Amino acid sequence: MDTEILARLQFAFTIGFHYIYPPLSIGLGVLLVLMEGMYLKTKNKTYENITRFWIKIFALIFAIGVATGIVMEFEFGTNWASYSRFVGDVFGSALAAEGIFAFFLESGFLAILVFGWKKVSPRMHFFSTLMVSLGSMLSAVWIVVANSWQQTPAGYHLVENGGISRAEITDFWAMIFNPSSVDRLLHTLSGAWLAGAFLVISVSAFYLLKNKHIDFAKKSIKLGLVLAIFASLFQLFTGHHSALGISENQPAKLAAFEGHFETKSAPLYLFGWVNEKEQKVNFGIGIPGMLSYMVYGDFQKPIKGLNDFKPDEIPPVNIVFQTYHFMVAIGFTLIGISILSLLFLRKEKLFTKKWMLKILVLSVILPQIANQLGWMSAEIGRQPWIVYNLLKTKDALSKSVSSEEIIFSLILFTLIYAFLFILFIFLLDRKIKHGPDEISEADAVYSEQKSIFNKSNNRELHS
Amino acid sequence: MIDLNTIWFLLVGVLLTGYAILDGFDLGVGALHLLTKSDKDRRLSINSIGPVWDGNEVWLITAGGALFAAFPDVYATVFSGFYSAFMLLLFVLIFRAVAIEFRSKQESKRWRAAWDKAFSISSIVIALLMGVALGNIVTGIPLAQNKEFIGSFISLLNPFALLVGITTVSLFMMHGAIYLVMKTEEELQTQVRGWVNNTIIFFVICFVTTTMATLIYYPQMVNHFKEMPALFLIAILNMLAIANIPREIYKGNEFRAFFSSAASIALLMVLFAIGIFPNLVLSNPNPEYSLTIYNAASSQKTLMIMLIMAIIGIPFVLAYTIVIHKVFKGKVKLDDTSY
Repeated sequence: MDTEILARLQFAFTIGFHYIYPPLSIGLGVLLVLMEGMYLKTKNKTYENITRFWIKIFALIFAIGVATGIVMEFEFGTNWASYSRFVGDVFGSALAAEGIFAFFLESGFLAILVFGWKKVSPRMHFFSTLMVSLGSMLSAVWIVVANSWQQTPAGYHLVENGGISRAEITDFWAMIFNPSSVDRLLHTLSGAWLAGAFLVISVSAFYLLKNKHIDFAKKSIKLGLVLAIFASLFQLFTGHHSALGISENQPAKLAAFEGHFETKSAPLYLFGWVNEKEQKVNFGIGIPGMLSYMVYGDFQKPIKGLNDFKPDEIPPVNIVFQTYHFMVAIGFTLIGISILSLLFLRKEKLFTKKWMLKILVLSVILPQIANQLGWMSAEIGRQPWIVYNLLKTKDALSKSVSSEEIIFSLILFTLIYAFLFILFIFLLDRKIKHGPDEISEADAVYSEQKSIFNKSNNRELHS
Repeated sequence: MIDLNTIWFLLVGVLLTGYAILDGFDLGVGALHLLTKSDKDRRLSINSIGPVWDGNEVWLITAGGALFAAFPDVYATVFSGFYSAFMLLLFVLIFRAVAIEFRSKQESKRWRAAWDKAFSISSIVIALLMGVALGNIVTGIPLAQNKEFIGSFISLLNPFALLVGITTVSLFMMHGAIYLVMKTEEELQTQVRGWVNNTIIFFVICFVTTTMATLIYYPQMVNHFKEMPALFLIAILNMLAIANIPREIYKGNEFRAFFSSAASIALLMVLFAIGIFPNLVLSNPNPEYSLTIYNAASSQKTLMIMLIMAIIGIPFVLAYTIVIHKVFKGKVKLDDTSY
């Protein structure tokens, strides 16, 4: 196989695996702030149990996130050396900023979260939780900015040196606030919040079904639902804005999203199968003119079709179409699940509706799939460019790396990631089955009295 | 007047030095891990680095990011040129993280013994590979005019590079042993004190051998020292820092001993940096193709922007690195949050 396919496969595999974890820590980070905030406000022990339990899960997720994140940090250089030379001036600085402003914050304060319960005051602990959550989101800020620059380059100029050209920053803020960064950041963040929210919801629903840790589960699921409702609706809004941005900045990608070949008024498909040879959408059900309406507010206005681009400058259509539509479908499903759960909750039926709880247990996988699909449609939709309209993916490879070397490393990563994933699931499962360490109000008071009693006893013995 | 390129040479050096000092002790603890015997001691050993090891690895991530941003050609050439070596490094880095996380999750003796070995061996291999990479910077690697690496993986495993690799392992073992003395008490501490002396001897032997080999085979490393004899003071300071370690251990000033060891790592990095300056990657043969802090750098504007970011960010990083190490100051104890 040629090195381009292999290098892309390797990148897709390692980033896809890595991207299971950061969204979970971003989403869970927000919930930890809510959980511990509730504990500080109400002094209710259940909230302390909730916080402690989810911090343990957070630490596990974070550890795998760091381990797989180092791979990403290296892989630009190892597999995409020509790309690195081309974008280092721009992309590198965003990546370095992520290290300086986000990683240190997150990893440093996480130590206090996990190991510092008895070493710092509750307020300091809460402050650490805030910092970890902030750090995880700042990390998203920088990496999404860097990625968005690849989608919609801005604030740079091309400089040629010894026959090799590269992009250099001319306007830092224009680079940071390139046309797609804000939309894509908000869209990515809300996807991450959904991942965290549905993890908490799923585990809590599991406890309710098993009739275990009831108080814990009820309080957790409510917090999870608060975030899920907000994030799923916000996702609709950010998704719409992202699509509008794409129509303006990456018209070929938008056309691929909807399998739109001829330049004319475009329908919005619910689903379909793109026949790229015959240039049509088979088995498709769509609303005629709806895409034109959503972009221009006019059902009749034409949208540029794929045929009006150079044939070697359009992405593979069907896979982009499918990943995009599945993502959207999951997005709406999550809105439905969140709203339905909220309605049941208001009627005080949620905790007894077994079928609903079962759906909630399984729903944990949905945001994960949607996050992966969203990235696939964004990144495959950008092809054949690695930096939109500036550098093609095939010109971005490492010149000194052979396909044998990539195969070797691909096997290595497949092995260790399979291993990592099995252990992750195994440990997550164990932690969930073990459940929270329940320190009930009564127990806490009891143990305090006991220790006072023991102290006075000791004193008597000594005197 | 120092230019921006030199400042970034220094800053990348600071990040790598921070990494070597911080991950150095936890890799060292890993390298020594199998010398402890009982399960309780092994848990103490892992938990002594428990709260900090992943934070320490963040220094490596950030150094990688800074190298990418400041010297993209170095990042591209070295990472793609040392492809298999870096893939191996990544593999063991992940493997080690897995070992730390999972070791204490099962009671089974065989489970724990297997993970103990994994943790220790991967720590040694990581240190070795890092040293091999540094060694190749000294020997130089074959580069083409277009800045691409044209050698092979096997050529990277030359005797000199392996020697630097072993020296790095010994340095981290010494550093880790001192850290463990600081973190442990009672019987375990008595045992670990013994290791400190042995690891110092091991390190000094390796260090002297490497220095001799450098002087004989790679005399270009000493050019700057010949031009500015005052720089030799750094070499003297380095020896004093190492000599101070057993003295402080003997007096029971564990933190000072650790500080001396950290200082000796920093000074070694300084000696290395002076030796290679202004080259980042020496081309051998064809030294005219070497990557320097000028021909491999980002634009002046980017270097300036990043300098501003570093000036804003680094005080924060230092502040919470210190806060966190203060929170976890003192002897390691096992409780319900331990590994």
